[in-house]
Amino acid sequence: MQLDAKIPGGLLTEKWDRNLFELKLVSPANKKKLDIIVVGTGLAGASVSATLAELGYNIKSFCLQDTPRRAHSISAQGGINAAKNYSNDGDSIWRLFYDTIKGGDFRSREANVYRLAQISNNIIDHCVAQGVPFARDYGGLLANRSFGGAQVSRTFYSRGQTGQQLLLGAYGALMRQIAEGKIKTFPRREILDIVLVNNKARGVVTRSLITGTIETHAADAVVLATGGYSNVFFLSTNAMTSNVTANFKAYKKGAFFANPCFTQIHPTCIPVHGAYQSKLTLMSESLRNDGRVWVPKNPGDKRSPDQIPESERDYYLENRYPAFGNLVPRDVASRNAKMQCDMGKGVGETGLAVYLDFDDAIKRDGKDVIIKKYGNLFQMYEKITGDNPCENPMMIYPAVHYTMGGLWVDYNLMSTVPGLFVIGEANFSDHGANRLGASALMQGLADGYFILPYTIGGYLAETSMQKVTADHPEFKDAAKKSESRINRLLSIKGKRTVDDFHKELGSILWEHCGMSRNSEQLLRAQNLIRELREEFWENVIVPGSGKEFNQSLERAGRVADFLEFGELMVIDALARKESCGSHFNEAYQTEENEAKRNDKDFCHVAAWEFAGDDNEPVFHKEPLAFENVELSQRSYK
Amino acid sequence: MTSTTDKKNINLTLKIWRQNGPDNNGFETYYADDISTDMSFLEMIDVINERLTLEGKDPVAFDHDCREGICGTCGTMINGRAHGPEKGTTLCQLHMRHFADGDTLVIEPWRSRAFKIIKDLVVDRSPLDKIIQAGGYISVNAGKAPDANAIPIPQETAETAMDAAACIGCGACVASCPNASAMLFVGAKISHLALLPQGKPEAMIRVMAMVNEMDRQCFGNCTNHRECEAECPKEISITNIARLNREFIKSGLF
Ligand SMILES: Cc1cc2nc3c(=O)[nH]c(=O)nc-3n(C[C@H](O)[C@H](O)[C@H](O)COP(=O)(O)OP(=O)(O)OC[C@H]3O[C@@H](n4cnc5c(N)ncnc54)[C@H](O)[C@@H]3O)c2cc1C
Ligand code: SF4
Ligand code: FES
Repeated sequence: MQLDAKIPGGLLTEKWDRNLFELKLVSPANKKKLDIIVVGTGLAGASVSATLAELGYNIKSFCLQDTPRRAHSISAQGGINAAKNYSNDGDSIWRLFYDTIKGGDFRSREANVYRLAQISNNIIDHCVAQGVPFARDYGGLLANRSFGGAQVSRTFYSRGQTGQQLLLGAYGALMRQIAEGKIKTFPRREILDIVLVNNKARGVVTRSLITGTIETHAADAVVLATGGYSNVFFLSTNAMTSNVTANFKAYKKGAFFANPCFTQIHPTCIPVHGAYQSKLTLMSESLRNDGRVWVPKNPGDKRSPDQIPESERDYYLENRYPAFGNLVPRDVASRNAKMQCDMGKGVGETGLAVYLDFDDAIKRDGKDVIIKKYGNLFQMYEKITGDNPCENPMMIYPAVHYTMGGLWVDYNLMSTVPGLFVIGEANFSDHGANRLGASALMQGLADGYFILPYTIGGYLAETSMQKVTADHPEFKDAAKKSESRINRLLSIKGKRTVDDFHKELGSILWEHCGMSRNSEQLLRAQNLIRELREEFWENVIVPGSGKEFNQSLERAGRVADFLEFGELMVIDALARKESCGSHFNEAYQTEENEAKRNDKDFCHVAAWEFAGDDNEPVFHKEPLAFENVELSQRSYK
Repeated sequence: MTSTTDKKNINLTLKIWRQNGPDNNGFETYYADDISTDMSFLEMIDVINERLTLEGKDPVAFDHDCREGICGTCGTMINGRAHGPEKGTTLCQLHMRHFADGDTLVIEPWRSRAFKIIKDLVVDRSPLDKIIQAGGYISVNAGKAPDANAIPIPQETAETAMDAAACIGCGACVASCPNASAMLFVGAKISHLALLPQGKPEAMIRVMAMVNEMDRQCFGNCTNHRECEAECPKEISITNIARLNREFIKSGLF
């Protein structure tokens, strides 16, 4: 199969307008007759559900949480980018486009990224109109701050809880449409499978997390806004329910999975402190606006930070990257932290941490100013560690945070399964091999408020479909398969808990497919994952029954999928014999230990097709053409 | 009990409410031994649940998701206090260093006639969604907005709106109110939107609709006990209830 990204012709700056014009329209009367299933109520899912309902479609909205407002997007901290140039520092749509392409190490599509930068401004307008309380300056106009990988200040924020405020805006819009009768919500429902009829996505199989009842729902199109898969590593900054299940089921039904090995390791997280640890906490990148990263110059220096004089500190980011300093992109900052710790210069009890120091900022601006900017982050840090960042430097270490990989979609955000659309973190489309800070919120809302509502119309207008109901045999068959898998999980009654397997999978991936990789380790990881998967199906213990509220069973299903998906990540990492962005293969690095791309052989998206449980997936390639920016070695010096 | 312990590992007795169905319920006692004081409270429950699972018993059901104090999913009573003894802290942010060796902790779900118990410590808080559906938003369709800087908003106003908007919808205010009132939750939303110029056109209909829905969902009245403010993990101020009352009176005058 030849992948067709359906990128419109014409000038880069005109492609989106042209596409909008070329897409067929659904008449208002017909929209009322069309049903769309949206899985997920994060920024992408909530915004698309509300907007589609505003346009007149009938929406069924599903999520795992007890209410749509609690989707994982709620925890985004730092901010959202837009090319408003309110700071008057030379920003433009073109600059945001260029920074994003370069930050992604030239592994994303020009046309998608340009569209994203164009739409970024509409998002801010819309969110302000919804009442999102963004930070403002003394004159009452919107304030901005800087994020990594950019030399302009273009990030809009609501204290350290931007995701919360944006999601509450989208949730409000969703609630308004529920009241209008255009959206029906199904909270505490898990999608267990996607149902295809005549090769088109026509519905889903769900399980009620309260009663355990298996249900089926039919529609004219299905949208996955199911978020990222960072939790394959067990420890990540994602919410506990974040998972790959719906996306992996879609993959098994024919949707290609793109670049699964591109996973972002965020440089500023609170370090791991014990084997019982259940998740990792991010300290927003915005802290790098004022915090200075350093380690002792001498390996093994165990003095407390205030005992180490200036001359014996290594501000390694400022020294190595004078132009960007502490604001280098995430992959670069993370790798450097690891390198320092590998050299024995790490700090704290485990030696797996570096300092993020606010002392100079407090001396310069005063404690009050710094607290106003970062108060809730400092508080969060203190709650977890019992230490006050105004008195002692923070200790931070990289942690898994975001997944650039995701289901492959064309320019219209449709996967390789007709009628199955994928938006937000769940797709692969805009961030290449590394995402810049504050651009996930932008992408989720661009997809949801301003892109998919139009492109899905194009599909629905030009596709002739018969009405199907959930009585169709394909639905019955899929429901039966989901049910028997649940019964199988419950009947194993082995000796190891689900979490125990999950932790082991996570540590295999962190060790072998994490911040740096090599082919030998990846091959080892592939074997280890296979063995673990086999053991899981013989030795996992899942208490309780399928017909009740059963959190162990929920987790078991997700971990079973992670155990298969983890291998796909490794296969993808093995196949990409270059380094780019987050994917750092030790065999391919510059003399200065930076990621070294191989544009001749790997300037493409790797899209994997499922080929049966016992076969290796089939590789497909979408070549990336750069017509508007020059491919160059990324430099932040 | 709120004093910080220096000891690295502690032993606790837990009395946890177990419920699976309307008739099958009561407290069960569990011993949490050798608990690291660096653990979070939920990690301590994780440890208990791993143990129960291996013993072939039913683990304790409890709600949680972000585990960093922002999603509003977690929440139980500990010795009669919503989200436990620490001020301005959600259950997931509460760490074991705030307990002492030998403590006994009574752990119960939110109890309120508006929130039904689903299992063990998990309750149904969907009535809060119903209140928002009645009007907790600004009615604007995607694509209709003017430029974001078209209306300047004084910094102080934006900050006060943000203080109110910080509510995480956890329901601790309801659970700790003797009347099971949702006034702090509703007051926070009303304030957030009424303070901003964008929210003013609908302010009157909004407050009427949300207050009426609150009554319909069986939440009680506010009689100024102020337990809600004391227990709110986001320290939402009771002045938001005063603002709600003012807005409500205003709406009655027109
Ligand atoms: C701690 C943290 C801080 C962040 N800060 C920032 C930031 O400052 N700026 C920025 O741009 N980005 C940030 N990000 C990234 C950003 O938050 C996410 O990428 C983004 O919110 C993802 O949104 P989404 O709508 O795609 O998915 P999510 O918000 O993850 O939502 C997924 C939805 O899908 C549902 N779902 C999933 N699987 C199923 C299933 N099988 N059945 C039913 N429902 C399902 C879930 O219930 C949920 O409703 C941060 C991320 C983290 C972890
Ligand atoms: S007002 Fe406070 S206690 Fe009540 S729901 Fe909001 S955050 Fe929770
Ligand atoms: S789990 Fe999200 S607030 Fe506690």
